Amino acid sequence: MLEIYINNRLKEKEILLMTHIVLGYPTFEASISMIEAMVNAGVDLMELQIPFSEPIADGPVILHANQTALVGGATVQKCIDFAHNVSKTFDIPFLFMSYYNILYKYGVERFAFAMSRSGIRGAIVPDLPPEEGMDYLKAMKAYDLSPIFIFSPTTSAERMKYLASFGRGFIYCVARKGVTGVETDFSSQLEKYLVRCRKATDLPLALGFGVKKRKDVEYLTGKADIAVVGSQTIRLVDEKGVDHVGDFIKGLVV
Amino acid sequence: MIDRGYYGEFGGAYLPEILVATFDQLVEKFNEVKDDPDFWREYTDIMSTYSCRPTPLTFADNLTRHCGGARIFIKREDLNHTGAHKANNVMGQGLLVKRMGKTRVIAETGAGQHGVATATMAAKFGFACTIYMGEVDVQRQRPNVFWMERLGAEVVTVREGTRILKDAINESFRDWVTNMDTTHYVLGTTCGPHPFPEMVAYFQSIIGKEARRQILETENRLPSRIYACVGGGSNALGIFQAFLDDSVELVGVEAGGKGLSSGQHASRLSSEDASVGVAQGYKTYFLQDGDGQMKETHSVAAGLDYVGVSPILAYLAATGRVRFEAATDLEVVEALSLTIKKEGLIPALESAHAFVQAFKEAPTLDPSEIVIINQSGRGDKDIFTVADAFADPEWQEFIKKKAEDYDA
Ligand SMILES: Cc1ncc(COP(=O)(O)O)c(C=O)c1O
Repeated sequence: MLEIYINNRLKEKEILLMTHIVLGYPTFEASISMIEAMVNAGVDLMELQIPFSEPIADGPVILHANQTALVGGATVQKCIDFAHNVSKTFDIPFLFMSYYNILYKYGVERFAFAMSRSGIRGAIVPDLPPEEGMDYLKAMKAYDLSPIFIFSPTTSAERMKYLASFGRGFIYCVARKGVTGVETDFSSQLEKYLVRCRKATDLPLALGFGVKKRKDVEYLTGKADIAVVGSQTIRLVDEKGVDHVGDFIKGLVV
Repeated sequence: MIDRGYYGEFGGAYLPEILVATFDQLVEKFNEVKDDPDFWREYTDIMSTYSCRPTPLTFADNLTRHCGGARIFIKREDLNHTGAHKANNVMGQGLLVKRMGKTRVIAETGAGQHGVATATMAAKFGFACTIYMGEVDVQRQRPNVFWMERLGAEVVTVREGTRILKDAINESFRDWVTNMDTTHYVLGTTCGPHPFPEMVAYFQSIIGKEARRQILETENRLPSRIYACVGGGSNALGIFQAFLDDSVELVGVEAGGKGLSSGQHASRLSSEDASVGVAQGYKTYFLQDGDGQMKETHSVAAGLDYVGVSPILAYLAATGRVRFEAATDLEVVEALSLTIKKEGLIPALESAHAFVQAFKEAPTLDPSEIVIINQSGRGDKDIFTVADAFADPEWQEFIKKKAEDYDA
């Protein structure tokens, strides 16, 4: 189970690091190099985003990566096959991240089966609240996969409890309003929010949106269990190339 | 989350968590005003003093003679302030924004009609306003961009994706997830997450309420058929709703673009090319590939050039209550030309889709029968596209001369 892995890992490290890449961006070869560099640099778990043409929760950086990957021919089947390979090669848990239409069109139950067969441990589907996700929850349970749910600063205490009741593995706490890839203010307000999240659930807490540098990860240590780095790696790849990913991630590990 | 808004298997609210609280508030406020007779009175008041409601129902005697069959009536939504049915929805949501105490509105626009209507409402009510519009649509509906900017709105050109209506909707959501405390998203059609389909259909229902009363008053009978063009579905649902329980055939006309077999169209319910999916927060028929990636669509009419369709219409298609047809770009320009010459009316390119189908069917009906066409908007905004379609040499000369004047 994903929780057990995370909790064991937390006995050795104060905060874990989860990274995110868009599959097929800029190419599948580059995706492999990035994963290798990230795992070697000490990343604890990874989100693999299956590109979608309408990623409404993502900002310009990840949006552009989705579109480029699709133009480059990233199909859902290619992503699943790729993930299968990756999970056999590298010894950390991998999760899928995508929008619900990708699962829906593939067939929710068939998708869960494919995840399970490929060694993928769970999924983050940002446009699927539990109210709409009964088929998904059933399929995830049947294959012993972790559905990761999201808390946001606008989520009430009552709703946090409700969401947590469906979640497994960990809870993904969105640091602020807005889309991915925008500046986050690591302030006392964020700390208060994380305290609220902690009260609502016993699941480990991941914090994402705007985590870019070592100082951010240091700030989160003791407040969250997992720091999530997303857009910043893609930005780095855009600006400097895949070769810089390893050093960047090493610099984040506290 | 309060209510899911399903119509059969279609609809729902597939929301990112950050927006759930905002939608809960919106659902609550909308339910509050829906049950408040004062609100509907305030709404019809403003629509009759600021816009031209009730809009007339015009008997098209020349077109009737020309087609030689059923008598053709035209519901004149083009006579709304800002020139389209979009004003009905926008003023309704504007009143709601006032009640919610928000100070800024955002909207997507395709044809620019919804953008102009929203910018106008914002000017009147004193809201800040940002309009998202795809780059392709900015090019083909430039006069509306000009007016939105004069009205004080910021117009943001969207260069992502297919650079049309769906991409403008995505950008509006991206703005909203950041600014929801101050901002309301005035979605322009009966699509998107609940409560938008229901809410927009509610405000647009004023069209059919009037039309039903008007035809009974003047003709003392109901029409056999009603025709409306279908982009997202708001003008169609606007006129259809009042007739759902009558034995009146309801016909929605989608954009056939370059023909259904060309693949270059926006026909979701009248072609075999669409399938059920979930995007932009709701479940309906989308023009998408086997992986669920949205396809490019095409129509001469920017307002119909959209991958999805109202979940309410998807449901009414599934039950067979509404029939769906498609009109091609070429047929549309022909019907537009005929309507201008015969009746002195200039329908928007969007609306002209409904005219195409009515002209095909009216001759097959008995002269004792009546059909109503919903003229959702006026065509002034399309002057560049229509001039190109007619390849008007004098207009081209004029534009060239104008460009030279600017360069001089
Ligand atoms: C004049 C006119 N008619 C129709 C439409 C299509 O929208 P709907 O299907 O929501 O009525 C538009 C949209 O821009 C429009 O401007």
